Amino acid sequence: MTNQIVKMTVNGEKKEILAEPRELLIYVLREKLGLSGAHVGCETSHCGACTVEIDGKSVKSCTMFAVQAEGAKITTIEGLGTPDNLHVLQENFKEHHGLQCGYCTPGMITRAHRLLQENPNPTEEDVRFGISGNICRCTGYQNIVKSILSAAAELNAAKEAAQ
Amino acid sequence: MKDEVTREERVTNLKGLGSSRKRVEDARFTQGKGHYVDDINLPGMLTGDFVRSPYAHARVKSINIDAAMALDGVVAVLTAKDLEPLSLHWMPTLAGDKQMVLADGKVLFQGQEVAFVVAKDRYIAADAVELVEVEYEELPVIVDPFKSLQSDVVLREDLDPNAPGAHGPRKHHNHIFTWEVGDEDGTNAVIDDADVVATEEMYYHRTHPCPLEPCGSVASMDKVNGKLTLYGTFQAPHVVRTVASLLSGIEEHNIRVVSPDIGGGFGNKVGVYPGYVCSIVASIVTGVPVKWVEDRMENLMSTAFARDYWMKGKISATKEGKITGLHCHVTADHGAFDACADPTKFPAGFMSICTGSYDIPIAYLGVDGVYTNKAPGGVSYRCSFRVTEAVYFIERMIEVLAIELNMDAAELRRINFIKKEQFPYDSELGWEYDSGDYHTAWEKALKAVDYEGLRKEQAERVAAFKRGETRTIMGIGLSFFTEIVGAGPVKNCDILGMGMFDSCEIRIHPTGSAIARLGTISQGQGHATTFAQILASEIGIPADSITIEEGDTDTAPYGLGTYGSRSTPVAGAATAMAGRKIRAKAQMIAAYLLEVHDDDVEFDVDRFVIKGAPERFKTMGEIAYAAYNQAIPGLEPGLEAVSYYDPPNMTYPFGAYVCVMDIDVDTGVPKINRFYALDDCGTRINPMVIEGQIHGGLTEALAVALGQEIAYDEMGNCKTATLMDFFLPTAWEVPNFETDFTVTPSPHHPIGAKGVGESPHVGGVPCFSNAVQDAFRPFGNRHTNMPHDHWRIWKTANDLGLHD
Repeated sequence: MTNQIVKMTVNGEKKEILAEPRELLIYVLREKLGLSGAHVGCETSHCGACTVEIDGKSVKSCTMFAVQAEGAKITTIEGLGTPDNLHVLQENFKEHHGLQCGYCTPGMITRAHRLLQENPNPTEEDVRFGISGNICRCTGYQNIVKSILSAAAELNAAKEAAQ
Repeated sequence: MKDEVTREERVTNLKGLGSSRKRVEDARFTQGKGHYVDDINLPGMLTGDFVRSPYAHARVKSINIDAAMALDGVVAVLTAKDLEPLSLHWMPTLAGDKQMVLADGKVLFQGQEVAFVVAKDRYIAADAVELVEVEYEELPVIVDPFKSLQSDVVLREDLDPNAPGAHGPRKHHNHIFTWEVGDEDGTNAVIDDADVVATEEMYYHRTHPCPLEPCGSVASMDKVNGKLTLYGTFQAPHVVRTVASLLSGIEEHNIRVVSPDIGGGFGNKVGVYPGYVCSIVASIVTGVPVKWVEDRMENLMSTAFARDYWMKGKISATKEGKITGLHCHVTADHGAFDACADPTKFPAGFMSICTGSYDIPIAYLGVDGVYTNKAPGGVSYRCSFRVTEAVYFIERMIEVLAIELNMDAAELRRINFIKKEQFPYDSELGWEYDSGDYHTAWEKALKAVDYEGLRKEQAERVAAFKRGETRTIMGIGLSFFTEIVGAGPVKNCDILGMGMFDSCEIRIHPTGSAIARLGTISQGQGHATTFAQILASEIGIPADSITIEEGDTDTAPYGLGTYGSRSTPVAGAATAMAGRKIRAKAQMIAAYLLEVHDDDVEFDVDRFVIKGAPERFKTMGEIAYAAYNQAIPGLEPGLEAVSYYDPPNMTYPFGAYVCVMDIDVDTGVPKINRFYALDDCGTRINPMVIEGQIHGGLTEALAVALGQEIAYDEMGNCKTATLMDFFLPTAWEVPNFETDFTVTPSPHHPIGAKGVGESPHVGGVPCFSNAVQDAFRPFGNRHTNMPHDHWRIWKTANDLGLHD
């Protein structure tokens, strides 16, 4: 099949890649752009391991073609925080043992990041509902929820201090 | 020299045993820098994909690969004919049976591997899979093990029906083995004479471990150097190397097996799958690396399932509730091949722990393994070998006996627990329970939940329901479990002949930091964090200065891997023992440096001090440096140690769980209002990690008890091969869990630890199930089978007339 050029902004950098029309975004991210943080868990949109952020929405990149991302702004786990300056969510997942095998973690944190943009003051119920598209097989979610609520409190405190 | 840091601070700085040390793994995982099998991309790498059988039982008349081979980008299509000259068209299973790698004349379950396509990328491979033409002739399908034992249809035509199997005589061409433990005649005699007898039949349904990362491998045959490197989702990388060597004929030193980060295992990644073998063969054939990664549907349809036990129980007691005998028979559906992952001598794993936590004077267990047209497996899904089945069985039998006795089930347990002073306790079915204090744990649990208060509340709710004031009923689920983990003594536990020891090798570096390598492999348990803690306490080097490495057979010492909660009991023990060897040499170095006799110094947290003069000491850092820069008479330079640990016994973690649940009888929806879990895993290494393991194990227990199932129709079609049909709980369904503990150290483990990863699953399943069943007890329920999904709960309510 003929390859097409796809232009998109990924983690703030302009990217131009060649992709077959049937190529899924997750594989382009993982294999053509070397961003292997998002994972493939089901290829049917159920598990959320492939979650990235596209134009301000959480998207399961295993069920979107790369060519559909033409012109999109994409944020992946690699775009949140740096080794020397982790994102508050990354810090809190470490602090509250919000991960075990790590396979769901990039998708989970990326989803949580979006959730806190949409709702900076979530209740526990909001968090549980908000991440219900992301499956974790290891943690039982309790510490993930704790991590997200704690990150929200920290972000809000920082915002308040800045005002 | 005055020591400015207090002893307490020195202990804290080590982050050793008992510290809720944050995990060292998390830096890479939270930043998306984990390194899993599918992240491995080697130059020139090809992709493999399977043609799978749509039929559960069929003869393969022909396979035409011409159209597939003609597709641009397809490099090879392997069938059984290609593997046969290498004797790789069949492979041995862990249970002493053999399994087709690619269909050899027939297929025996839906999703079975028929041909392996190798292509330039996954899309071309998937196209080529569609182009392989397979002509099938359908054969009668058997999905019921009881019918299988009556059927004239021979499933396994490759086996001589009259020859014994790996575990003794076979009674029928579809029968695999009979395994018996205990005194059947004696047990029957006791039961026949008993005051009270309860009998029950229960089905522990087929389910699947379903880790979030599917199984996969990357094989790379370097023909120049004659070396094969195999990356894969292996819970037992060293055993995989041995098997790969035996199967391929490549000498073991020329094979390197690497388990990179593993995205959850739960037993699914213990065995060897056709995909691994095919990726190796394809790499040998093509001379370039070949990757095979299954998709979710392939994972659920073809890789190892769990459970599928039809259990029949009889339990007898005195009028006062003292249990006098237990009889258990299991019809075990193993699917098309016996690919259970159990120690060789235990074809039904440790099912004989089915006398549970109770002092039962006589017992018998018989298990019959049966072939059907279903996927092979029978792995321990988050449990030690078949212990979930055993604990579910006894915890249901206790509840049924309580009904028969018209007695409170908590009291019935109390009457029958093995007493503290009876440990070490020899069970009637042959196990020596190492330590326990069940009564203390039980009373603590019942008090924590105000058990009496709950029962009063339940009685009021029943009355209100009967008056028509509410449509919800309340269930109180109890369970008390004893696990048997840490296989095992080499004398009776092996996998494919490899004794189930484990290992640790430690090197202390000159500047006082260290690396330790183990024969296990973490799949999320946090070994890099917790094993460093064991070592920190043993050798006085801070955990933060110790690197833990596992999973590379070229560098790690041989070990049997991580499953059956064996890492802490076995490799954890090896770690402590290797640490003690380091300490013994360090003591000699310290004595030399301090110019005193070896016996005049003693270990103190992070140093050796002169007895009676603690101000004169050498820190482990100083000792490490001296080991490399001083010529010490009678001592070799360096500071290294290795331990291969053969445990004298298994460990027996235990726990007490209570679940409080509301059930809406009109919708069948259960709501968990409270779940209290008390675990006793002996010495606690990292309380934070333990709590995380318990949350996770309970969640998987909730899944299995309340809906997770691998189901087949009469044609052998797998009805639950996607995450739409196969229940994985989300954050929305899972409650918050309350955790608690008691500490009863293992007397034979070097640090007293027992292992914890699987306990919550083992104890959790009966607790959730008992809660559902207890809610219906006041309305006449005795037993209903899991999974208690909404429909089955609604059906129970309906059957009991609650909708009338």
